Amino acid sequence: MFKIFKRKNHPAFWKKHIETVRNCKGYNSFEDIRFVVLDTETTGFDYDNDRILCIGAVAIKNNKIQVSDSFEVYIKQDIFNKETVKIHGIRRDGTEVKVSEEEALIQFLEYLDDAIIVAHHTKFDITMMTKALRRIGGGTIRSKQLDTNFIHKKLAAGDRFKKMYSLDELCAIYNVKKHDRHTALGDALITAYLFLKLTYKYKKNNVLDIEGLIKTNYQLYS
Amino acid sequence: MKNTIAERIYDFIKDYPPFNLISKQTLLEIAKSVEIQYFEKDTIIFNQDDIPHEHFYIINQGSIRLYRFVNNEKQNLDICDEGDLFGLRPLIMNENYLMGASANEEVILYGIPISLFHDIIANYPKVSQFLLASFATNTRDPFSDKHKGKLFANVASVQKVENSFAEVQSAKYTKNPVMCTEEISIKEACQIMSTAKVNSIIVADNKIPMGIITDKDIRIKIGTGLFLIEDKVSAIMTSPVITFPEKITVAEAQIAILKHKVSHICITKDGTNTSELIGVLGDHDLNIIQGNNPIFLIREIKYAKDVETLRYIRVQASELTSGYLEQEIPIYFITKVISEINTAITKRIIKLSIAEMGEQPPVAYTWLAMGSQGRKEQLLITDQDNALVFENVPEEDYPKVKEYFLNLSTKVTEKLNTVGFEYCPANIMASNPKWCNSLKEWKKQFKDWVNHPTSDKILLSIIFFDFEYIDGDKDLYNQMSDSVFRYIKDKEIFLSFLSKATLNNPAPLGFFKQFLVEQDGEHKDQFDIKSRAIRPLVDAARIFSLHHNLKINNTIARYEKLMEVEPQNRDFFESCANAFKILLQFRTLQGLANNDGGKFVDINNLSKADRLKLKSCFKPIKNIQESLTTRFNVALIQ
Repeated sequence: MFKIFKRKNHPAFWKKHIETVRNCKGYNSFEDIRFVVLDTETTGFDYDNDRILCIGAVAIKNNKIQVSDSFEVYIKQDIFNKETVKIHGIRRDGTEVKVSEEEALIQFLEYLDDAIIVAHHTKFDITMMTKALRRIGGGTIRSKQLDTNFIHKKLAAGDRFKKMYSLDELCAIYNVKKHDRHTALGDALITAYLFLKLTYKYKKNNVLDIEGLIKTNYQLYS
Repeated sequence: MKNTIAERIYDFIKDYPPFNLISKQTLLEIAKSVEIQYFEKDTIIFNQDDIPHEHFYIINQGSIRLYRFVNNEKQNLDICDEGDLFGLRPLIMNENYLMGASANEEVILYGIPISLFHDIIANYPKVSQFLLASFATNTRDPFSDKHKGKLFANVASVQKVENSFAEVQSAKYTKNPVMCTEEISIKEACQIMSTAKVNSIIVADNKIPMGIITDKDIRIKIGTGLFLIEDKVSAIMTSPVITFPEKITVAEAQIAILKHKVSHICITKDGTNTSELIGVLGDHDLNIIQGNNPIFLIREIKYAKDVETLRYIRVQASELTSGYLEQEIPIYFITKVISEINTAITKRIIKLSIAEMGEQPPVAYTWLAMGSQGRKEQLLITDQDNALVFENVPEEDYPKVKEYFLNLSTKVTEKLNTVGFEYCPANIMASNPKWCNSLKEWKKQFKDWVNHPTSDKILLSIIFFDFEYIDGDKDLYNQMSDSVFRYIKDKEIFLSFLSKATLNNPAPLGFFKQFLVEQDGEHKDQFDIKSRAIRPLVDAARIFSLHHNLKINNTIARYEKLMEVEPQNRDFFESCANAFKILLQFRTLQGLANNDGGKFVDINNLSKADRLKLKSCFKPIKNIQESLTTRFNVALIQ
């Protein structure tokens, strides 16, 4: 137990991430919070054997999607699964500029800064990322996280315990046009639209309660 | 770094004006700086009088409503939908929002930082032109006097752009022109001209221009022996001279030379012929400016020996029209030039026809153009509309005289047809015995139309009241127009009938921005731009002009005069003139593109830019139709 907290051999990028999140000024005003909406493309759904191919993310601040504050990185593939190529369209030797897994993660954490993470089925993206971070001497991402799936369930009464809504289903419910489905940044943008619409509904007639929003995550790690 | 979102934003905005005018690289940079915003139905985006945001908006999905509070009453001004821009003007003019904007349905907006746009306005003349045009004909608040002339309060570059227009481009003229006094002999004057190597000399008294002698005068008046070289220059000079002030533009100079049929005009200090001479502008000065120029064409027309040559010249004039349109030279200028060319062709044809007749006309006559020819608004070659009036003759001479003019008119209309002016399907041509009449008959005709306005007579009077002098005896023309105004003055109710006929064409604005398209027939799903948009503006200008006794036929000139006559409605008439200019240009471009009269527009094939353009013209049409209803008591007529 003791050993875990005292570990000293954290690489610098990871120490910095921990520090950044710890020193985060808190959530006084929803308008001031920077949200980073992210999506990853992977070679598959196996946390241990599959790998991240691409990370796409875009920031939201004061209810506005900041295109200038977006992130997109492609990762060199050691593990290649030709079955999923037809979903994400990323070939082993495609034309995108690709970097190593380590470099991609360091760049991402730098970009993430002290933002709150938003994703659809956040657990999957974060777990994939944590596995990757462990490989390079990091650990579990410390940033606060939200999941559009659970925010929707909080808003929509009824079968919210059982059902898991797909991104496509929520797009249909909330009338979000789907461009670039299955590119990381494209899906991140779609998720960002969803998040804007969801928070609009969530704060109807009152100020958005960010702590309440965080509490929609009660099932995130269950 | 790759940015998929920015690429998608680029893909969206690149199709909409003014972004379609901007280079891909610049647009991608713009796209990277966009803020995307979402608003639920009825949420306010900004309030009237708010300080402007740092962004203006293009609608990505959904629609927004622009509104304005006047005396605490909310007025909806417009609905904007996908691809529309809003919130731009306050940013450019550094002032608060003139109107509020709220989401008409849920909406996704792209916020574009205005800071990026200042450079673009400066570097892309077409962008600023688009913005100017969309502000000028703006449906938002066409009556706002406050904003006249200062659309771009801090963008001086717009001035730069306008300078490329012939209409405002200053003409270069020869400064310090060669002068001589009235007292010297023609011989001495020729010596001065030869030494100075000039083809004209101004006869002046203490720098005040009295007359001008050109090479042509020497040839015609001296070479032929009419005058002696020892005579005084005053014997052969052309006097008075045509004068203009210093700031004459190329367009004005061209028109002046065409109109006064001179080869030179004088530039004086205050523009009158009683002030000091500072320069002279010859037609060749203008030739240098424009290779394919109307002056050259007019000269060719004058010397054309046969109809085939005229036909060829008319084809060149069409090319001139499309060239002008491409250069975005103002439509008013183009119509003036083309009308002068058409008039010159008609005059030449009449001359050739009289020569063919083998005998001169027995009495004075006037050849008149009707309808759009009469209004000088023809850009495309359309049908002929003409008529002839001849002097009153004793009854016994009448049959012979009428026969002569009918024969002459038949020859003229045939030749016009050969040149490319199709015969009028309604046979409104001077070759028709009904429209080749003596002055007495014409007066009777007009009186009958005014006094007994049945629907077919109203239709005829609409065509005939735009009659314009083309050739022949000007006095006959004046007598005709005097009598028309006299009849109308006695019978104001006639204007109510005219107004009612105009209102039978419903305003083109359906519910918000739905176009009214033709319901059936060959042109189903097409918009009749001539009947629904251009004609109401033309008709209204005529009615108001008749009402005010204005002897002007041209629609733009009519609106401009009306702005003077009714200063309280200045903005109103100006918005009509602007809309008319845009529609006319639009129709001409359509016609040139499809090689037809440009009457019908296929709405589905219109670009967003063109839809916006058309839409902006509909509000003035609606307004002037409402104004006709109240001003001329249309309600009283059943």
